[in-house]
Amino acid sequence: MKKLTIKRTTRTDFITYLGVIVAFLIMMFLRDQGVLNRSLTGQLVPICCYISMAISLNLTVGILGELSLGHAGFMSVGAFSGIITAMSLQSTIPYTPLRLAVAMVVGAIFAAIAGIIVGVPVLRLRGDYLAIVTLAFGEIIKDLINCLLVGYDSNGLHMALNLTGSKSITDLNLQPDGIAIIKGAQGATGTTTIASFTAGFVLVMITLVIVLNLVRSRTGRAVMAIRDNRIAAESVGINVTKYKLIAFVTSAALAGAAGALYGLNFSSLQATKFNFNTSILVLVFVVLGGLGNIWGSVIAATVLTILPEALRGFDDYRMLIYAIVLILVMLATNNSQAKALLGRIIPKRKGAETNG
Amino acid sequence: MAKQFQRGKMVPVPSRAIVPERDVDKSPILECRYLGIEFGGLKAVSDFNLTIGRTEIAGLIGPNGAGKTTVFNLLTKVYQPTHGTILLDGRDTHGMTTAQVNRAGIARTFQNIRLFSNMSVLENITVAMNSQMKYSMLSGIFRLPSFWKEERVAKERALELLSIFDMQHLADHKAGSLPYGAQRRLEIIRALATNPSLLLLDEPAAGMNPSETAELMENIVKIRDTFQIAVMLIEHDMNLVMNICEGICVLNFGQVIAKGTPEEIQSNPTVIEAYLGKKKEG
Repeated sequence: MKKLTIKRTTRTDFITYLGVIVAFLIMMFLRDQGVLNRSLTGQLVPICCYISMAISLNLTVGILGELSLGHAGFMSVGAFSGIITAMSLQSTIPYTPLRLAVAMVVGAIFAAIAGIIVGVPVLRLRGDYLAIVTLAFGEIIKDLINCLLVGYDSNGLHMALNLTGSKSITDLNLQPDGIAIIKGAQGATGTTTIASFTAGFVLVMITLVIVLNLVRSRTGRAVMAIRDNRIAAESVGINVTKYKLIAFVTSAALAGAAGALYGLNFSSLQATKFNFNTSILVLVFVVLGGLGNIWGSVIAATVLTILPEALRGFDDYRMLIYAIVLILVMLATNNSQAKALLGRIIPKRKGAETNG
Repeated sequence: MAKQFQRGKMVPVPSRAIVPERDVDKSPILECRYLGIEFGGLKAVSDFNLTIGRTEIAGLIGPNGAGKTTVFNLLTKVYQPTHGTILLDGRDTHGMTTAQVNRAGIARTFQNIRLFSNMSVLENITVAMNSQMKYSMLSGIFRLPSFWKEERVAKERALELLSIFDMQHLADHKAGSLPYGAQRRLEIIRALATNPSLLLLDEPAAGMNPSETAELMENIVKIRDTFQIAVMLIEHDMNLVMNICEGICVLNFGQVIAKGTPEEIQSNPTVIEAYLGKKKEG
């Protein structure tokens, strides 16, 4: 009897892992066979990044129960710190996968630091302050990176903030062998794209392992307890601020790693890419996939990233159909009759399930 | 009528408090001195003095709005007291947070049930053992041996605690889906899981039928005997209070109006007046 829950949650986790692995192998196979068209091949790495973003945001929104509207901000921090790392280590670490890994770790660390800076003051408060502050954070980061000038030469890194608009990349006084990595509003240009689909797959798997194992450990239980009832959580000795911060910073760090991979997938990237719309897009993945439902996030992120591309044939009606699909999915998943139907198809779904 | 429970004889101790005879030689688990809180100008509780023995079952009664739950909130630091001191096992709890007070040894239940309703019954209990578990977040993520070891111990202990109320078969159910009585019992188990030395029960019998209440009374005594802890309960069910409480404290308008054994309280004119009103003169 007691083994049942453990089995069921482990089984759900197992199916999630298995699904991702199988999907990866199929896509690899199809790509090698040349069946996939160019636009879909180009989408593979971004899909992985968005899956990772959705899973990590689910940790904040679904598991912790705090609304974050600036997840793209953490992605942005990760992306640009990752690009800087990868570009400046080009000669030091010639082996690309290692350089990519280092860049992603650095991206994660910088995003985590940003997460701590945002989280420490805000997570002490009760209410929707986190949503407001993360919203502002996303915009601030976007504007800051828009002013950022970074170059690298034999003397090391050169950085400047072009707040007045009077500076340009020449003010960094780079040596002739130097390269400009980030050029203010032009963003990062001339980035060597070292991201690969395999790296994306590894990122998704790592994100899954971290989030799923975290949720099933004492840390995750404490976080969920805070979500369910803060006062009761305090009354059983849980340090609310600490666990909120752990969940939020972990989520930010994972977004940073995803951002680094995303950044290194494009030779040119502007800070405006990570605007409010991107944050909302990721939030849509999470809400549509189900709050606290990790595999739901994976599927929602995949489908909703492919969908706009797949609908290109409909030209002007593309976004209209996209919206209709969103509404239909919402209706289907929130419909009690549809749920009852699902319940009949999948027998014996008792109340013991905590998240799917 | 539920069966009479054995209780110690109450004797006065030097601090002018009354504690059970068996606890006289030991230091009290809880001592409140001139405890009080003001909200603006309103004195919700004032000059609350109370001593509770190591293994005493104490009752806190009073009419609605007397400030009983406020006392619990002061003890658990949901509110910071504006006056007086709380000594828990001789230690001043001044400046502690709710979580710290819990780790120091006070666990409580709530008048309106506060379970982690989206988590399973088992998780509700293991989450309360969080501060006793030591494995780090990384051992949790990488599933190091310490994770498996501590999780197994926690699960075993949780099932053991569930067996107090014969609830092992509900371990996998979602806490929010349990029937009302089972939710109340789960809250008590969750509080016990934090390893308290003082258990505060806020209306544990509310909404229970007489047979459930009788069972609850037995279980409260059983909990006290097994864990050797002090229990303090707020209750309106006088049958329960008079049967299992050794010392009773009566609160009215935030002030202690009487303290003593159940027999003394039952015949105390001030208490009768507080509950039933004054007899008309003439």
